[in-house]
Amino acid sequence: MIYTGKSTVYNKHPSRFWCRDLEAFRKFRTKLHFFSTSVSVFHLPRMFSWFPLDDLYQQYIGKVKHAIFHAQKAGRRRVVVATEENVIASLDLRRGELFWRHVLGENDSVDQIDIALGKYVITLSSGSILRTWNLPDGQMVWESFLQVSASSMSLFFVPASIEVGTDQQIFVSAGGCLHAVSSIDGEVIWKREFTDSLEIQKLFQTPYGDITAIGFSSSSQIDIYQLSAKNGDILVHKSASFPGGFSREASFVSGDVFVTLDATRYILVLVNLNGGEIRFHQTHISDLAEGYSGTAAILPQKFTGMFALELDSLIMLMKVESGRDLEIIEKIPHPASISDSLFLANGQQAFAMVKHEETNNILKESINLDSQRGSVQKVFLNNYVKTDKSHGFRALVVMEDHSLLLVQQGEIVWSREDGLASIIASTTSELPVEKGVSVAKVEHSIFEWIKGHLLKVKGTLMLANAEDLAAIQRMRLKSFEKTKMTRDHNGFRKLLVVLTRAGKVLALHTGDGRIVWSLLLSPLHSSDSCQHLIPVDIYQWQVPHHHAMDENPSVLVISRCGLHSDAPGVISIVDSYSGKVFSSSKLSHSVLQVMPLPLTDSTEQRLHIIIDDNKKAHLYPRTPESINIFRPELPNTYWYSVEAVKGAIKGYSFRGNCIDTDEDDYCFDTRELWSIIFPSDSEKITGATTRKYNEVRFIIVHIQNMLFVATVSPRAAGNIGSATPEEAYLVVYLIDAVTGRIIHRVTHLGAQGPIHAVVSENWVVYHYFNLRAHKYEMSVVEVNDQSRQDNKSIWKLLLGKHNLTSPVSAFSQPEVTVKSQSYFFTHSVKTMAVTSTAKGITSKQLLIGTIGDQVLALDKRYLDPRRTPDPSPSEREEGIIPLTDSLPIIPQSYVTHSLQVEGLRGIATMPAKLESTSLVFAYGVDLFFTRVAPSRTYDSLTEDFSYALLLITIVVLVASIFVTWALSEKKELEEKWR
Amino acid sequence: MAVETERSGSRRSPRRGSRSFFPAPSWPCLLVLLILLVTSAHAISQAGNGAGYSVAGRIKFDGISSKGSGLHTKKSNVKIILNGGQRVTFARHNGYFSFHNVPAGTHLIEVSAMGFLFSPVRVDISARNPGKIQAVLTENRRALSELILEPLREEQYYEVREPFSIMSLVKSPMGLMMGFMLVVVFVMPKLVENMDPEEIRRAQEEMRSQGVPSFSNLLSGQAQR
Repeated sequence: MIYTGKSTVYNKHPSRFWCRDLEAFRKFRTKLHFFSTSVSVFHLPRMFSWFPLDDLYQQYIGKVKHAIFHAQKAGRRRVVVATEENVIASLDLRRGELFWRHVLGENDSVDQIDIALGKYVITLSSGSILRTWNLPDGQMVWESFLQVSASSMSLFFVPASIEVGTDQQIFVSAGGCLHAVSSIDGEVIWKREFTDSLEIQKLFQTPYGDITAIGFSSSSQIDIYQLSAKNGDILVHKSASFPGGFSREASFVSGDVFVTLDATRYILVLVNLNGGEIRFHQTHISDLAEGYSGTAAILPQKFTGMFALELDSLIMLMKVESGRDLEIIEKIPHPASISDSLFLANGQQAFAMVKHEETNNILKESINLDSQRGSVQKVFLNNYVKTDKSHGFRALVVMEDHSLLLVQQGEIVWSREDGLASIIASTTSELPVEKGVSVAKVEHSIFEWIKGHLLKVKGTLMLANAEDLAAIQRMRLKSFEKTKMTRDHNGFRKLLVVLTRAGKVLALHTGDGRIVWSLLLSPLHSSDSCQHLIPVDIYQWQVPHHHAMDENPSVLVISRCGLHSDAPGVISIVDSYSGKVFSSSKLSHSVLQVMPLPLTDSTEQRLHIIIDDNKKAHLYPRTPESINIFRPELPNTYWYSVEAVKGAIKGYSFRGNCIDTDEDDYCFDTRELWSIIFPSDSEKITGATTRKYNEVRFIIVHIQNMLFVATVSPRAAGNIGSATPEEAYLVVYLIDAVTGRIIHRVTHLGAQGPIHAVVSENWVVYHYFNLRAHKYEMSVVEVNDQSRQDNKSIWKLLLGKHNLTSPVSAFSQPEVTVKSQSYFFTHSVKTMAVTSTAKGITSKQLLIGTIGDQVLALDKRYLDPRRTPDPSPSEREEGIIPLTDSLPIIPQSYVTHSLQVEGLRGIATMPAKLESTSLVFAYGVDLFFTRVAPSRTYDSLTEDFSYALLLITIVVLVASIFVTWALSEKKELEEKWR
Repeated sequence: MAVETERSGSRRSPRRGSRSFFPAPSWPCLLVLLILLVTSAHAISQAGNGAGYSVAGRIKFDGISSKGSGLHTKKSNVKIILNGGQRVTFARHNGYFSFHNVPAGTHLIEVSAMGFLFSPVRVDISARNPGKIQAVLTENRRALSELILEPLREEQYYEVREPFSIMSLVKSPMGLMMGFMLVVVFVMPKLVENMDPEEIRRAQEEMRSQGVPSFSNLLSGQAQR
């Protein structure tokens, strides 16, 4: 309690505490820490898990690229999907929930999926790994690795066998080979090698049981093989060449007729294999579509008797009659998306076609889609038999924002926001301030208010029906503290504004993870002739604190209009509360680097500098006011660039306005100040990181812009296992990013990457692999300023005899001492971050995203370079832990507890209003949000604090006061009588 | 190396002994797994084309009770990771896994299974004499003759909440305050009673003469002088 009081004093008057020197303060801070631990002794039984209820956890799968329906008559209907995040998942067809899910390795992309024998899912990934999964529970049954020499297009074929239980074979074509794999244990039964260049396009089984493989073996030759299914012997081999060459895309109309295009893509070639001969029929595209002079493409969808040809502006559906005659069935204007066709029982076939305005399909269903989902990218169709024996259809639709919808009978049955599986950047925004309940508001909804209370009374009297109960539940949820749309006292509730790879900005409420608003960026720029809008990053643009309080905060979204880094940039400013776009414009320059400046204008818009690929700096917002604010700071602003490919780090300063561009006040020239070039034959940059630009520090750090750069020997640049300890070394540099001075350089012999590092305050922690010990290691480097060593005495600080107020300059080159230490760490690391708190007083925790997709919180005290095997009593008092060779992994300190953030990519931390607490957002395929208190919640009572006990104590105390008062008075009276 | 093995073996034996105190756990599936165990787990075999080797092994959970952790561990989601994410594979229902086409050299295999801590394994594949491998647990430097990976320990991600008890109430700051109060109210008069009556009278006289305000006066605020 006493401690709580103390800490709030520091919070309110940080200026009074000018003893912000590291050495002096660390002692003090560790004392605080100790006090807090001693206080928490009383609460030990209660600290079971921090905030289990407040965690936000959502599971996603990513953009679906393959889907197979499994709708048997009995049991649960499900759809198995493979996504671009390399996820294989089984979804409930009714509600869209996950039955099971597996995240494959990063470079193990799925080529094809299928369901065999009704209970196994077969996947072919990275061209050579065939896996079978049990459909009900997702357990892997077997895995088979196919030996391929060259990677090329691969596909597999599962014969539709009638008898279940016989040893079925799966035929896989990969890398110019055909493999027959047993469906029971994945053993390769036989393997047939073809010429290296053969790319098999189609595999099928003839009615006699033989396997037919059709493929292109060179740019102008077609090969057809007929093989025995038993041992892979070639029974028939035919080949024919076509003088015009092929474009190597084919669509099979039937078993012996397929269409392809010639190398120029002007001529449609119909290949007829009927009767043991290969015959070609050529048709010019310009004959099919009159006046069309462009190239064409054949869509890869599977139809029977038909194929789809995509021209620039339309898709043509064509039917092939008697093996050679073409007939146009339908011309569909762009944009449209087509699914594979389905066979219906009575010989008809159906396919889904999605168009955005009008549909003239046979079975027309129109649905209203949210405009923020963009256009349809993929459709997967499935049919079912209705009670009246007619056919019903359901379609799985993949949208431009990567979300997944199930459409049935013109309605969206469910939708999944799977774009959230590919977050590339995130920021936070405060929620609106809660305004007092105004009279007008109450009067306006007084009827509602009475109704609500009546409902509640009904609920308590058990008179409510199901509908009323649902209404009560909704009301409760609305008023539930956690999910309110207003700012809370402790700053725990926030809006997470995230940018996904699909170019969508979404605002998530941290309480329950609901999407408050979403915005797809691409429709904003459709008029700017922007073909590929690549989202880059998101920043806080305006955060009203003291001024402009009536304005909503906003975020700055930066994207690029094109695939290359020199493509022009696009910036959009979006309201954080509503998702409304304030302004959006295409820039005249590219975006190489964005620097938020520590300056804001009168409406609290943050000044940003965007550096383009010509090393010119552009100031935003483009107002005269921002120029006036920035101009005095111009000589003090520096930036640096890390060119990993060239092996160079360069520092720049700003000069005056751009010379060559005319009359642009917001453009500044930059000048190279320093450069560090690493010799390419001995060192290769693998990682560079610096402090977060908005880090709040309680201590003065002399190297304000400490840059961490790690280089490895070129031989050790690959994965673990690629280098021997003798040829591997890792060199770590700490560089002052303003002057280019190398503060510290250390070489770890026999070590290699991947390197993950985090820079905060005056220290760097990095994780790498030690080849000699064959273990991961984590090292800490702390930089301390020697010139302030004598400020240790509290008396000097109190009397003002210190040099803390002297200005700090990067050019003064203070004497620094560097201490470092290394420890073993068990796990591989995917990402690392450090907690951040409102004032930076609370001690820090490292948040380590482990290879098991968990987030481990590790106290910074374990990574203190002053740890010794036997610390002296004074060091113990400072909280120095005795030295151990490896860092402890305490299961209770996993902030994700028993959850896994699959495909973990990043961890973002942000301060809450409460000094003790830091908010953590971990994202990958899944999302996870929680709050951590590195030194326990010393400034607030625990959640399960017993208010009742406190009240009882007070009541008992007051009662006892009165009782003793009465007794004492009585006694006094007796005494007086005596 | 032999000493290391010996030590770790002896460390494990008391743990086994202590488990027998528990009632027989009902995890038949694991037992079945044990029985199904084919002991000759070949760890490595040379692949056909000689470019790479296959590393095969097995995950074994049977040494660990499934008490508590069974809730959050789905055995179907055990991942085996080669070289920090270079390749990922999954364990089959019987715990077997394999990596194919692994080049000769020194590699690291990690196991990710919720609720269990596995030690990473260093696997050396010798290029000179094919088929020869060495597998060492990096955490305790124990050499493995076969690539059978067992969890080092179970991980409890939640601290167990202690059941409500009167003692926890008494131990809390408020409980201590109340306890002290009770002591003052009930025990102090007893102490006074045990004093010599003469002395008490003297003390009372002294107090009266000094006019020390009594408790009731303090509260009512009337200074009686």
